[in-house]
Amino acid sequence: MSLAISIALLVAAGVYLVLQRGLIRITLGFVLLSYGVNLLIIAAGGVARRDAPFFGGDTSGAADALPQAFVLTAIVIAFAITVVLATFATVGRGDDDTEPNSRVPGELGHEAESR
Amino acid sequence: MNDIVEALLPMFVGIPILVGGLLLAMPRHHRLRQTVTMSTLLAMLAGATVLVTMTADGTVLAHPVALWPGGIAIPFVADAFSSLVLTVTAILATVCFQYMIASGEARSPSIASLVLILAAGVAGALLTADLFNLFVFIEVMLLPSYGLLVILSRRSKMGGAQLYVTVNLLASTLFLAGVGLIYAVQGTVNLAELAGTGADPATAVAAAVCLGAMAVKTAVFPVHGWLVRTYTVPSPAVTALFSGLHTKVAIYVIYRLYAVIFDGDATWLLVALVITSLSMVVGVMGAMGESTMRSILVFHMVSQIGYILIGVGLFTSLGLTAGIFYLLHHMIVKASLFLSTGAIEQTYGTGQLEHLGGLRTREPLITAAFAIAALSLAGLPPFSGFVAKFSLILASIEAGALAVGLVALAVSLFTLLSMLKIWAAVFNGKRSAQIEYYAAEARVRDRERLLDDEPVDEIVVAEEAAHAIEHHAPPRGAAALEDDPHDHRGTRIPTALAIPSLILAAVTVLLGLGGEFLLGLSQQAAAGLLDTTAYVAAVLGR
Repeated sequence: MSLAISIALLVAAGVYLVLQRGLIRITLGFVLLSYGVNLLIIAAGGVARRDAPFFGGDTSGAADALPQAFVLTAIVIAFAITVVLATFATVGRGDDDTEPNSRVPGELGHEAESR
Repeated sequence: MNDIVEALLPMFVGIPILVGGLLLAMPRHHRLRQTVTMSTLLAMLAGATVLVTMTADGTVLAHPVALWPGGIAIPFVADAFSSLVLTVTAILATVCFQYMIASGEARSPSIASLVLILAAGVAGALLTADLFNLFVFIEVMLLPSYGLLVILSRRSKMGGAQLYVTVNLLASTLFLAGVGLIYAVQGTVNLAELAGTGADPATAVAAAVCLGAMAVKTAVFPVHGWLVRTYTVPSPAVTALFSGLHTKVAIYVIYRLYAVIFDGDATWLLVALVITSLSMVVGVMGAMGESTMRSILVFHMVSQIGYILIGVGLFTSLGLTAGIFYLLHHMIVKASLFLSTGAIEQTYGTGQLEHLGGLRTREPLITAAFAIAALSLAGLPPFSGFVAKFSLILASIEAGALAVGLVALAVSLFTLLSMLKIWAAVFNGKRSAQIEYYAAEARVRDRERLLDDEPVDEIVVAEEAAHAIEHHAPPRGAAALEDDPHDHRGTRIPTALAIPSLILAAVTVLLGLGGEFLLGLSQQAAAGLLDTTAYVAAVLGR
């Protein structure tokens, strides 16, 4: 139950942030979303069984290794894409048409010229 | 023989990634880099052709990676459908890279590697029979795409690239959630073990999440908005590459998942038909209202994706055959159109219909390539588009979906109309007096490596234009025309830039005249989707 609530909270917060303007918030939204989905995959493997599979020979209580492998892969991919998004957010500052342009117009114009 | 080829299936992914990685280590040798990349892509094409010949009789080749037993191993599978799509993607990657070499874009140090890794990701997504692995390969496809999109963009604004990443990331996350749900319900993500499980409502919902995510990536009607905003941003070669690879891999996955997991369940087909019909209409109407060559073509993609998905919406033998044929035809024709209009765009520096005009007498090669591909897209004989549309409409009528057939027919008319719009404005229309100036500006920008929205020295451009007018012979037959403002002479588009689109135009003619050959192969592919027992048996190693 606590897992389900955590997933719901993470996804709700992620969706809220993804719908914001500005790439930094969208990036953070995706970080939360991918946490939510990772927890979902862990939950998919069944969280009741959580023993180590190697000792004692009894595997009936062993945790399912496959979802853990999935999550590990997904974390790596999500991390790589977060970096890409962060790069876009930095490089594309000033022409991000999801942001209102009027904050510091002079500075933004100067920045565009210097590139 | 089969064993060896089966064991080599993972090499379609491994070799391009390996070569791509190695090429990153030699940033200076751009000629060597281009040669190696070209050979790798050609080798992929050759390998894919071998797969087509081997699977043409319905054989399914499968290899469990590391020889783990079926059900545990990550399987690589090639059947007629995946081999055909793989072949066409290899053709497109080769031709688009040829275009990048011709336009000088391939000289940029990382481009060759990005193209190779993209091709590897596509091959992996087409050949894998494991849903989680599919997710990974889709990401492998997307990451180099982000790079290509940004590096080869001619604008300093990144709004399009940001939108592209955001939409695709959202779709991928959704797909991953779907995979997680499928694992929760069925305890496996092996496609063969999931065969027919769509009859169980919980699995059906989980698989529908995956299908929905793929629908976003195909840009079918209600979720098509991102396509036009993003595909108009990068270099034309990148748009051609993406149009052939990204959205089409998603279509392949939809075909495959619906065939294997849902076993072609007829309950949901009506929904698919409604969505595809709306997609056809909305796409073509969008295209009618656009004012640049590329945005017209991109809106057409939405419409054409509707056509392709009719196949899965009908799920009859003829319907699937026609859908697969349409998919292959569309990949080639669309890339040809993007490359021919892209050559114009890059040479004349603009894709605005109102700025161009009268290229018919000036650029005979591009005109031929565009005319063939445009007529093929609209579905006129003797090109492959006719075979594709005719069989699709026949299939709709045969399956009793007369309304869909009629929509498809009506939409073709509008397709032709919007192609005529480009033809009238760009190729036929009055020669624009400014055109030499635009061409000169494009050359100056290219020389000084300026982006499209950076200021350019107008005096230099004017000199360049005057120089070009002085030193080029007038186009043949144009000297006699009194009404010609004659500020433009000679062919400006280098032949090397025209050749890629001409090659693809030639392929569409061949596929039109020899349509029966490809229809036969598509039929085999469709048979593999209708009856998945051979596929399942091969994947599970039984």
